[in-house]
Amino acid sequence: MAVTATETEAHPPSFLRRYVFSTDHKIIGIQYWLTGGLMGILGAFLAGLIRLQLTWPTTQWNLLAKVFPVGMEGGFMKPEFYISLVTMHGTIMIFFFVSLTLVSGFGNYLIPLQLGARDMAFPFLNMLSYWIIVPAILVAAASFFVEGGAAGSGWTAYPPLSAIPEAAPGSGLGQTLWLIAVALFIASFTMGGLNYVTTILNLRARGMSLMRMPLTIWSFLIAAAIGLLAFPPLTAAAIMLLFDRHLGTSFYLPEGLFVAGQLLPNGGGSPLLWQHLFWFLGHPEVYVLILPGLGVTFDVLVPFTRRPAFGYKVTVYCLLIIAFLSMVVWGHHMFVSGMNPLIGEFFSIGTLLITIPSTVIGVNMIATLWGGKLRLTSAGMFALGTICFFGVGGLGGVFLGNAAADIQLHDTAFVVGHFHFMIGGVTLLAIFAGSYFWFPKMFGKILSETLGKIHFWLTVVPFYGIFVTMHFYGLAGAPRRYYSLSQYGFLDDVAWMPLVMSTFAFAMMAGQALFVVNVIKSLWRGQVADKNPWEATTLEWTAPSPPPHGNWGDALPVVYRGPYEYHAAMGGTDFVPQTAPQKGG
Amino acid sequence: MSTQEVALSALGMSWRKLMMWLFIVTDGLLFAGFLASYGFTRTASPSWPNQQEVFHLWFISLMTFVLISSSATMATAVAASKREDWATVRRMVLLTAAGGAAFLSMQAIEWLGLIREGVTMANNPWDVPAFGNYFFTITGFHGSHVVIGVLVLLNVLARTSAGKTTSEGVEIAGLYWHFVDLVWVFIFTCFYLI
Repeated sequence: MAVTATETEAHPPSFLRRYVFSTDHKIIGIQYWLTGGLMGILGAFLAGLIRLQLTWPTTQWNLLAKVFPVGMEGGFMKPEFYISLVTMHGTIMIFFFVSLTLVSGFGNYLIPLQLGARDMAFPFLNMLSYWIIVPAILVAAASFFVEGGAAGSGWTAYPPLSAIPEAAPGSGLGQTLWLIAVALFIASFTMGGLNYVTTILNLRARGMSLMRMPLTIWSFLIAAAIGLLAFPPLTAAAIMLLFDRHLGTSFYLPEGLFVAGQLLPNGGGSPLLWQHLFWFLGHPEVYVLILPGLGVTFDVLVPFTRRPAFGYKVTVYCLLIIAFLSMVVWGHHMFVSGMNPLIGEFFSIGTLLITIPSTVIGVNMIATLWGGKLRLTSAGMFALGTICFFGVGGLGGVFLGNAAADIQLHDTAFVVGHFHFMIGGVTLLAIFAGSYFWFPKMFGKILSETLGKIHFWLTVVPFYGIFVTMHFYGLAGAPRRYYSLSQYGFLDDVAWMPLVMSTFAFAMMAGQALFVVNVIKSLWRGQVADKNPWEATTLEWTAPSPPPHGNWGDALPVVYRGPYEYHAAMGGTDFVPQTAPQKGG
Repeated sequence: MSTQEVALSALGMSWRKLMMWLFIVTDGLLFAGFLASYGFTRTASPSWPNQQEVFHLWFISLMTFVLISSSATMATAVAASKREDWATVRRMVLLTAAGGAAFLSMQAIEWLGLIREGVTMANNPWDVPAFGNYFFTITGFHGSHVVIGVLVLLNVLARTSAGKTTSEGVEIAGLYWHFVDLVWVFIFTCFYLI
């Protein structure tokens, strides 16, 4: 049966119980945030290696040969190593950076604080969810050093490449470890997701009705819900894939496959089945990541425009509509898989329908700026950047959602550009917006604004440079996941683009170092934050910075009003916290 | 935190029960993934073994009857726990666990019979590899759920005997048990009847 929390007042006795194996949602949130950040750095390093190969394929990298003696033998990258880099970059960035930092990190930190609860519903399960992620990361990292190297079937792990251990060097032990890492991630996410939904539905402070919750909380609730609905079929799929690999079944293996000159004995399965099951998760998964990005953006934007979030209710409904639609459009990843064009039409229409609520949300963000008194702090600037990325990414999505256009664009760099704007860009900027915004609450110090603004420009400008260029590179027909593109004559006209993209990419990586410097410097001697440094209205700003164990001292807060009561025209104190009683009430 | 100082609950149920419901939804979707894959493969398969010949359907029906009866005894136990009639709870939970164990024994007999005929995970005499793939995966996963259910019931039994159970604990165990039975109804329909 379920484990319930027992202690509120009893303080954890030891350092280990307080900061390592803690059940306090704030410590767990910070652990997730830091772990995700470290994995983000690792993922960026892999991206750098990918850029090196695509831009300077004939250069010898002797230093890298020392780090990767097998994959970079003699200083030149092997094709299978390149493919495993692409796979692991995707896996790490999606499952171990954005998921951990944005969804698990901010989610665990903010849900009880913004709802006025003392902790999550199941603190022990929460701790477990973090400590299952740690072995998942170790397994994923270890797979680089096993025989054959890390998995090389893409983050989507399509069979037969992922189902037959002999298919490619990375299909052996590396692929098995990849599956184990993802399975551990799913277990952790399920625990976290159950916790999120239960906490949000059942642990709200007095007066905190659903329609008074900050949009961040709404987005976490919806993201957790679609994650819980979409992950189990992938679990089933992964189990079947493991059986195919180790027990001789043929869930995904059709008749007549030749591997290394040998006819395989399998028959009766279909690789398409995996694609359906995978994308049944994979498409909602990108919304699991981007919806919290949008929610965080609203919450960060509002205090810096000093205006209520425009169209709060409509935004909530739109988030719900997007969540529903995201569950039924997975087939748009498979337009070229040979499915019936009629089904393709259904998936096309469904996908293009998503643009409507998405656009409404974007317009609501822009309308929030209308007539506001902008305070351009780093956090506010990153939130503005999120709106821009959401628009550009969505524009690319309209092209890709159209089945006819997608037949040309499928598996080109255009797709890579598109999803980097969405699942890479919107979420990245939301992570930074949230980090600058909630850092004072998390650590009691304010991050340096000067460094923050330089960091903003060094993030956004190179990002556009890389991924807008990549859209056009893909329009010219450059395929994704190819180890070398120098031998294709039709790409001669755009042969200058990889160098441009790589230059911007390394500039952007240098810019991210500023953030690390900023965090360390501010922790050490940053400006001390009071309860409410941004003059914001939501509940977490009524707790001390950083909040004590149990968050609220003796009495839980009581909520009397909506989350965004700002009156830019009032002057003086232009905001009313959620805990301020109504006049005459 | 067990002291409930928080006012609002959207669905008017305790978080333990809500958690079980959410878990049941996710776990149900795991089986949905398996059964949907089975349907996908089965419709694409040129031939499929005739269930009348492969299975002893009367025996499977008996299994199903036992499992569904155990749901009835479980419901009786939950009702008795609400009346705080703990003697009846103990008797009924024991009957439920026995029903689950009987189901598992019959499933073992069925598996052994098929294995003797040469059906394995990968191959079978009818030359439809997918049949063995899905049969053992789906019924195996369901069987493991029944095993867990029986262990949970025995735990409830032990706690009831020690006087430590709450009515809600029995109810939550019951939710899980009914869910496992319901999944079997779907498996029975999709795999043995259609």
